[in-house]
Amino acid sequence: MEFITIVLSGILIGAGTYLILSKSVLRIIIGLSVLSHGIHLMLLTMGQLKRGNVPILEDSVTNYTDPLPQAMILTAIVISFALTAFSLVLALRNYKVLGSDDTETMKGAQNEN
Amino acid sequence: MTFIHFAIILPLIAAFLIAIINKYVKGIHLGWFVLPIPFIIVSYLFTLIPTIRNGETLLLNLNFMPRIGMNFDVYIDGLGLLFAILISGIGTLVVLYSIGYLSNKEKLLNFYIYLLMFMTAMLGVVLLDNVLMLYLFWELTSISSFLLIAFWTTKERSTYGAQKSMIITMFGGFMMLGGFILLSNLTGTFSIREMIIASDSVVGVGAGTLAVVLVLLGAFTKSAQFPFYVWLPDAMEAPTPVSAYLHSATMVKAGLYLVARFTPVFMLSTTWVWTILIVGLITLCWASFNAFIKDDLKAVLAFSTVSQLGLIMSLLGISGLAIVRGANEQIFTVAVVAAVFHIINHATFKGALFMVTGIIDHQTGTRSIKKLGGLMTIMPITFTMTLITSLSMAGIPPFNGFLSKEMFLEAMFEISNSNFSSLASVGFLFPLLAILGSIFTLLYSVKIVMQVFLGEDKKETPKQPKEASALLLISPAILSFLVVLFGLVPNLLTKSIIDPAAMSIINAVEPLNTKISHWHGFDSPALWATVVIILVGATLYYFRDTWIFIYKYIRSNYTINYLYDQGLNYSTIYSNRFTKMVMTGFLRTYMVYIFGFLVVLGLITIIKTGLNLDLSNLAPIGIQDMILVGVILTALLIIMITKSRMVSIIMLGAVGFSMALFFVFFRAPDLALTQLAIETVTTTLFLVCFYHLPKQSKLPEHRKFKLTNFVVAVGVGAVSILIGLSAFSNRLFESISQYHVDHVYDLAAGKNMVNVILVDFRGYDTVFETLVFGIAGIGIYILMRLSINRKDDKNEERAEESRL
Repeated sequence: MEFITIVLSGILIGAGTYLILSKSVLRIIIGLSVLSHGIHLMLLTMGQLKRGNVPILEDSVTNYTDPLPQAMILTAIVISFALTAFSLVLALRNYKVLGSDDTETMKGAQNEN
Repeated sequence: MTFIHFAIILPLIAAFLIAIINKYVKGIHLGWFVLPIPFIIVSYLFTLIPTIRNGETLLLNLNFMPRIGMNFDVYIDGLGLLFAILISGIGTLVVLYSIGYLSNKEKLLNFYIYLLMFMTAMLGVVLLDNVLMLYLFWELTSISSFLLIAFWTTKERSTYGAQKSMIITMFGGFMMLGGFILLSNLTGTFSIREMIIASDSVVGVGAGTLAVVLVLLGAFTKSAQFPFYVWLPDAMEAPTPVSAYLHSATMVKAGLYLVARFTPVFMLSTTWVWTILIVGLITLCWASFNAFIKDDLKAVLAFSTVSQLGLIMSLLGISGLAIVRGANEQIFTVAVVAAVFHIINHATFKGALFMVTGIIDHQTGTRSIKKLGGLMTIMPITFTMTLITSLSMAGIPPFNGFLSKEMFLEAMFEISNSNFSSLASVGFLFPLLAILGSIFTLLYSVKIVMQVFLGEDKKETPKQPKEASALLLISPAILSFLVVLFGLVPNLLTKSIIDPAAMSIINAVEPLNTKISHWHGFDSPALWATVVIILVGATLYYFRDTWIFIYKYIRSNYTINYLYDQGLNYSTIYSNRFTKMVMTGFLRTYMVYIFGFLVVLGLITIIKTGLNLDLSNLAPIGIQDMILVGVILTALLIIMITKSRMVSIIMLGAVGFSMALFFVFFRAPDLALTQLAIETVTTTLFLVCFYHLPKQSKLPEHRKFKLTNFVVAVGVGAVSILIGLSAFSNRLFESISQYHVDHVYDLAAGKNMVNVILVDFRGYDTVFETLVFGIAGIGIYILMRLSINRKDDKNEERAEESRL
């Protein structure tokens, strides 16, 4: 299973990269989201998968999955959400001011002169 | 802290004092307050002569930065004392001269502060024993020289010359520092004296040869040797007292000092000896050849300085041979003595000549030889001084230049006669080049006298010429007097100064008992060479119109100056072009760089370390997992190829919800919950944005663009898969999670391990994550509410201005 998730997260990261390299701001933000999905999956895989029970203490269970990567991913999800939300609003604002979501046309437009 | 330590920094202290004096004392020329300082120093240095004369040396320690071995240790031997006396002595005369030369309208305070700074720097260079301190003061000479050349900052030629001299001498300085560091690594010390003792470890090592080259680069750039002489003619834009002081008598001799000082260190290196000798001779001939054709008096003198420095440099090269061959071979020690003697002679006659040029410039308003003529009867005193010093420079008998030039020729003859195996076929070239250089020296010396003072008055000068004031005349008069004095009674100098200096160059212990007393000897070839030089020189000067055409063949774009200018020009052009090529201003380009480097570095690391895959311990795969993988891949594919923005947003949502399902399968309930909630909000946000954005989602991109994007993306994906696999296969130690599992209840009183880690074990992360969330919220709020566009901005600025 880990082999498959590693390959899948690699594909997600690659696809994210491809989207980030495009011209449209919205596609860049989508790419950012895809990239962070890939990284979350990679993080989880590194802590090994399916090796025991849900990490909630019960008397009868001795074997749990690793709780530490889960805590880290939780933090990462929230932060990447904050980032995505902010960049989306920024893109919106940018579009309203410049009338374009093409990064190529943004060059030099923001100069204050 | 002895007086000599104080004397070195005295000019710097004085620089502060005269700034105060300048503020409160008006009406008196500032130079009068500066004058006592070099005078005090030179008087003190004269009292050291008896000590040095007895073969003793002085070493005065003063700790400055002992931890890195950078100490203010003063070491006085014959060589250091000679240079220090030249610096402070000519410094006194130059300050005196500048009082007459610069009027009160000039920025005198700047001038004297730079000059005093320079004086400290030069004294430090020649008197300190520590190479790091030597470098420090060396660069201070470059900086103060830069400031002095650009003294008239409004003139374009001045700033050009200053920049040029700065670039070239700083380049040399840095190279020299590298040489010093290599040397100190080889010998284990920063002290020059100790380097001389440990000089065995320098010779024959590759690093030792590199050190030779680097130190020589420093010396050659400072002393304006071929091909680095180009800065000196342009440095003539400085005020004439500066040219006289820095660019004839002192700073340009710093390179000679360096070579002389390090001769015992590199004593057995043949690279050292032959490079110095050959470069010196080339410089001598090339510069004297070029000096003859110049029309500007100062340009003639600048090239003349370069050629004379080349002469001294070649003599120092032969002095190195003296050590190789053993100091008892008197023939080579002649060269050392000649070098030291010519350093003194050149300082006297060249200093005087520059001052005379300054007087001519001051009294007639021009320095162009073409416009001058027939000044002999108008300016008789100036004429006399020019005659004496020019003839000394040309090497005509009654003056001191003759003595040192004859010794120079003698040394050149000796080297061609000596049996260096490599010299058998080309040995005759040395005296030939020396004679050739001397002929041209004679030519331009005669030209100065003949075309400025003799002939008829051309009456083209901007000012009506008249004899200068006594204040201007006194300094060159003293120097001219010295020229005559040293010419007639050379032995005045031998015992007291020349011998100790020569001894420290070749590191000799035995007293030399120099042979200057034997200066009249009819059997020496040098005397006949002098006769030949005078005869050929006179003939060539008389028939100069018939051969002057050869100068026309030197096209302006073959000169080193042209190379320098074009080099500077093209380095600017190409660095601009490079920046424009790399920094395109497009986000995509920079992203390609970043991801591209990630791929390259990742691949290199993987290839170097090799992949060590161990996939034996994998979890089982369920059918539901495979379905999810299929869903995610399909959604990704659709995102990539779709043109509709709506579809890609929904597909992104599909990826997110599949991730939440993955979290469920992988037994992470908290993650699944969060992921579900957040994915919902994100999709909503995307849809809000979608409503406001233009219809077309995909902007047209070039095929080439797409291809690079695709290659980079595949690379990033592949590298992250490989890194993930190898990281997963090589588990170096067990996870610390067992601790959390064991103590989640007894230490933190919770059963949900993830939540306990988030708020208890690693609560700080959560605090700042909350902060990030808060900041994003505030940022979004501001972005939404703040409705300033550019027009409003300007209005506000205007309102601001009107309020003010």
